[in-house]
Amino acid sequence: MSKRHLLALYGDFDQAEAVVKELRNTKITGFDVNDDMIVKSPIEHPEVEKFLGEKPVYVQWFTLIGAVIGGSLGFLGISSAQANFFMQMKGGKPIVPLPANFVLTYELFILGGVYITVLGFLICSGLPAKRSPLYNAKVSVDNIGILVKAEEAAVAVLKAIFAKHQAIEIQEEAGK
Amino acid sequence: MKDIREDIAWAKINQDVMKSLENPRPMYWVILFFAALVLAVGIGCEVYQYRTGMGVANLDNPHVWGLYIGTFIFWIGMSHSGTLLSAILHLMHADWRKPIYRFAEAMTTFSLMTAGLFVLMHLGRLWQFYYAVPYPNERWAWPNFQSPLIWDAMAMFTYLSSSVLFLFIGMIPDIAIARDNMHSGWRKKLYTLLALGWEGTDRQWRNFRMTYLTVACFLIPLAVSVHSIVASDFAVSQQPGWHVTSFPPYFVAGALYSGCAAIITLFIILRYVFKFEDYMTLPILKKVVRLTFAIAMVWTYLNCVEFASVWYSHDAASKGVLIQKMTGAYAPFWWAMIFCGSIVPLIFAVKRFQTNIPVIFATSLLMNLGMWLERWMIVSPTFSHGYYPWTWDHDQWPSMIQWGIVFGSFGWFTLLFMVFCKMFPSVSMYEVKEMVYHRSLHLKQNGTPVEQTVEQGVH
Repeated sequence: MSKRHLLALYGDFDQAEAVVKELRNTKITGFDVNDDMIVKSPIEHPEVEKFLGEKPVYVQWFTLIGAVIGGSLGFLGISSAQANFFMQMKGGKPIVPLPANFVLTYELFILGGVYITVLGFLICSGLPAKRSPLYNAKVSVDNIGILVKAEEAAVAVLKAIFAKHQAIEIQEEAGK
Repeated sequence: MKDIREDIAWAKINQDVMKSLENPRPMYWVILFFAALVLAVGIGCEVYQYRTGMGVANLDNPHVWGLYIGTFIFWIGMSHSGTLLSAILHLMHADWRKPIYRFAEAMTTFSLMTAGLFVLMHLGRLWQFYYAVPYPNERWAWPNFQSPLIWDAMAMFTYLSSSVLFLFIGMIPDIAIARDNMHSGWRKKLYTLLALGWEGTDRQWRNFRMTYLTVACFLIPLAVSVHSIVASDFAVSQQPGWHVTSFPPYFVAGALYSGCAAIITLFIILRYVFKFEDYMTLPILKKVVRLTFAIAMVWTYLNCVEFASVWYSHDAASKGVLIQKMTGAYAPFWWAMIFCGSIVPLIFAVKRFQTNIPVIFATSLLMNLGMWLERWMIVSPTFSHGYYPWTWDHDQWPSMIQWGIVFGSFGWFTLLFMVFCKMFPSVSMYEVKEMVYHRSLHLKQNGTPVEQTVEQGVH
């Protein structure tokens, strides 16, 4: 069934928090508060996390994997090159010198960690993305936006809740 | 004194910073013009050196390293300020860094780009630079992975690319603001592309916070390793005056010092040129000044450690180099280094000078000069007083070509930096809003009313 998008803008976090609480406490058919609601804010706001409840972040796993892969591949790559570097005189010294290779392994550990962390950030944040149909530039200034996706039957109830908490603006658009 | 006013409306923060992208003071264009001029001199010298050969640089045996390598270290050192302000102070929750860390990060990126150029210029044969890149080839030849020079190349690549990513990730929310506020045109298209579709959703902020923190954690050891490795270029050699255990911490302290001095210089320039008086405030400048003073004293201490360890090592050659620095042909520059690096910063110990902009500006320039001289004094004097007596009468003055390229690098850096500050927000808007928000929240909790102003919006 086709869903519709609604965006309500609020002037401060207290109002937005009150709306989210009411949406959680009210049973609305055709609207799932956990899946169909997104809060947009101009700053990284710990209060948003508090009233939405903690959600898992997986970026650090990308970091771990990236760093381990970077370090391992770095060490293996350097060691393979050294093992093939026949024209370099070794003079009885080890073919793969561990102390010297530690430095480059360390650099590649960091390089892998940083690159894959950034990749993880893009994947986990869903970026790059097209902006949602109801984006409002005021969210990048000082407004808090609550974007909901609901079936036709739930729209009137949602609008009433938004209006009750003195939304500065309510935008509406039919979804796909 | 407040770091920043808590009654600044968030909309005003956006407006003020966005104005800097369109309407700087005329001084901006003057700086840009002179930077382009100086860069043109540098390019001219480099083209001449490229066409004529390295002889025109006046580098020969025993003077194989000169101003190019000294200036290379200077620019690498400068890059450490961005990491200090953005990563270290971020982990320490120092809120005052927020209005000024963005340009410090940009400084990191551009000074690394400048440093990289000096490696190429020093090599002379630019067309053979790819020899340093490890790749499978029919000659079965690889770079020497045991050499600090290769570590250096790898560390610089890692640091530069990580710094660019760190700068870019931290800028995404601000680029989105620029996208939303810019009128149609190529800049709007550019910001739309770079904002990656950022909307400030809870999911995006959550992942953003973790990413920023993680990359910051990586950058700190990376920055330390980069300058330690640069120090190893010297310390693992047998040259008298370089073979010193304390070189890595000495280099790191020097890097932080020159970086902080450069931050002060650019702070004052940006504050004036982009009318950032409300964000780059005097209390924040005072904190940077105090931090710089502390680091200057650490650097002075490490200098003394180095002199003492050379003096008491009973290594005649190293001692000879030290005495030659103090009394030989390089003595004026060596003493100027001591004066600018250790004596001049004492001005910052006087409280009334900690917010006196003309004094701070002049002092920061002198400290930058001192730190540049330090790098020159590390590199050059050693070659004219090596182990072999035949080197002892080989004092050498750098050629005009070397000087021209060194001056050109300042033009290159300034040009890149100023263009960046006009293209992208050099004050982090979302973090300044956070700062204002937390401050007003704190005052509200303590029962102090936040002053209301006409310009104040909903926040």
